[in-house]
Amino acid sequence: MADTVTFKNEIEEIAVDSLVSRAEELIKAGYRFSQACAAYIDDKFELSYSFSNYDNYDLLNLRVVIDTDTEVKSITTVVPAAVFYENEMHELFGVKIVDIALDYKDKLYRIKQECPLGPSGKEEA
Amino acid sequence: MANITRSPWLLHYDGSSCNGCDIEVLACLTPVYDAERFGIVNTGDPMQADIFLITGGVNEQNIPVVKQLYEQMPEPKVVVAVGVCACTGGVFKDCYNIIGGADQAIPVDIYVPGCAARPQAIIDGIVKAIGLFQERLENSEKESDKVG
Amino acid sequence: MVKRSVIPFGPQHPVLPEPIHLDLVVEDERIVEAIPSIGFVHRGLESLIEKRDFNQMTYVVERTCGICSFQHGMGYCETVEKIFDVEIPRRAKFLRTIWAEMSRMHSHLLWAGLLADAFGYENLFYQCWRIREKVLDLQEMTSGGRVIFSVNKVGGVIKDMDADMLKAILETIKDVEKELKVIKKTFFDDYSVKSRLKGVGILTPEQINALGAVGPMARASGVENDMRRLGYAAYSEIDFEPVVSNDCDCYARCYVRIMEIFQSIDIIRQAIAKIPDESDLSVPIKGNPNGEAFVRLEQPRGEAFYYVKANGKPNLQRMRVRTPTFANVLALCEMLKNTEVADVGLLVVTIDPCISCTER
Repeated sequence: MADTVTFKNEIEEIAVDSLVSRAEELIKAGYRFSQACAAYIDDKFELSYSFSNYDNYDLLNLRVVIDTDTEVKSITTVVPAAVFYENEMHELFGVKIVDIALDYKDKLYRIKQECPLGPSGKEEA
Repeated sequence: MANITRSPWLLHYDGSSCNGCDIEVLACLTPVYDAERFGIVNTGDPMQADIFLITGGVNEQNIPVVKQLYEQMPEPKVVVAVGVCACTGGVFKDCYNIIGGADQAIPVDIYVPGCAARPQAIIDGIVKAIGLFQERLENSEKESDKVG
Repeated sequence: MVKRSVIPFGPQHPVLPEPIHLDLVVEDERIVEAIPSIGFVHRGLESLIEKRDFNQMTYVVERTCGICSFQHGMGYCETVEKIFDVEIPRRAKFLRTIWAEMSRMHSHLLWAGLLADAFGYENLFYQCWRIREKVLDLQEMTSGGRVIFSVNKVGGVIKDMDADMLKAILETIKDVEKELKVIKKTFFDDYSVKSRLKGVGILTPEQINALGAVGPMARASGVENDMRRLGYAAYSEIDFEPVVSNDCDCYARCYVRIMEIFQSIDIIRQAIAKIPDESDLSVPIKGNPNGEAFVRLEQPRGEAFYYVKANGKPNLQRMRVRTPTFANVLALCEMLKNTEVADVGLLVVTIDPCISCTER
């Protein structure tokens, strides 16, 4: 019988500078990149980078809270799978992510409105 | 030869639909519903298509694609908008990246409602499109006769 | 030196039911690089949280994708239920499991048909879709909708299946199983099918992990990750073993998906045998959600990821769906390297692309 597993599902708040190094640590510890997403809440960006471990199905979410003009260093140098997620955050929210391995430069979805889910989009709506 | 008519060929393009209508359109062309019994043939080539089946609303990026596909089709042609999204924008009408129904990009002749549109409704739309296509074909033949 | 040229693939292409565009950089017939460009189906569904409350969002989320519609609704509801910290009635859990497996069956059959179409086996394509219609009939009988059936709500399900329905399901899946055994032979043993699929599109487990591929894609490369093992809905009470293959090629992906249809049949049988007799199908939900939650679940295409954040107002602060194809596109580009142009259509189909999921 495939036992169902009990798994951790945690959020770990970290500083923006330690994002890349923490991601690298997790990858070395056997974690796999699951997803990344942004949220624009109370004039700040909340970035969530989720890593799962498929041996025991643990889920660890790295949480970075930043001001809208803070630059974030891309984790694609250590996690190639994050390419689309970071491009998406940049395009839909306007999160300033630098050094993405494959930078679509706002041409991932090619939408007309700039950063519809970010600060400028919210003002218009 | 009077009762032999041309078989209209059908082109299907997914605008920005959720896929629900697309799989129903495909279901129409496969055994159980089998719309091909009405003499249509599914094609992937716009230059040989007579009926254009479009699902989903249009957005900034696919408007040129939809327009191009429509322009590549030879005259006469019929456009069928399948599903509520292709008719008006549907649940996604308020989304920032949806301009509206397919009629925002190209002239639509037949609107098929539903979310997702049922195969019966799609077949009904296709049958109407075949009728309209024959009518347009006859009209264009009459006109070319006049000129000739 | 061989001259490089770029061949555009899509967005409108006979093999694709949905639009995706790939720029294929080729040297002669060999692909050196594939650059995807998406966005043809991007609607901006996540922005609707500003206009719809959390209950209405269930129906919007279900329309992320028409194929895995039920599972999207279920994932969203599970996430909001987690924020509310409520446990839905046991019967509702089993009903969700049955519906989820039915949608997996119809999705895999749909895929098998498209695969057959991609390698030019029209008969097989039609046979798969003919069998699939039986599953769709079951979905229509139990829920009223063929593909999008909106039976989920936050706190449970809306519709029940009575004893006659459960009996009819058992009868139909027996029938489906019988017919599947016939087409299974063709998929697994046919000489020409094998020659199209064997050894094509190799992805090593290391690549799978580095690129974050999920679902049958990962399981076909020996990476056993099946989110059903997390025990959401009624999966904790069901006995199943994830289907894994170590061949890493298109044939393995085909094998995994076909075997998963049989697995789904088995799961439905177990669920029907164990379903408790209760009259409550949902628990009442009071107030608005406050908090955040991450939920993962196994869709036909792989692991889907839901994130909801709310602050006690009817409208959510953030709703995010990470769909399996979004994770698989990068693996597709890697897989396309060093293959022939003639195989591109087939390879694109083997990841079971669901573009409307991907772009939302």
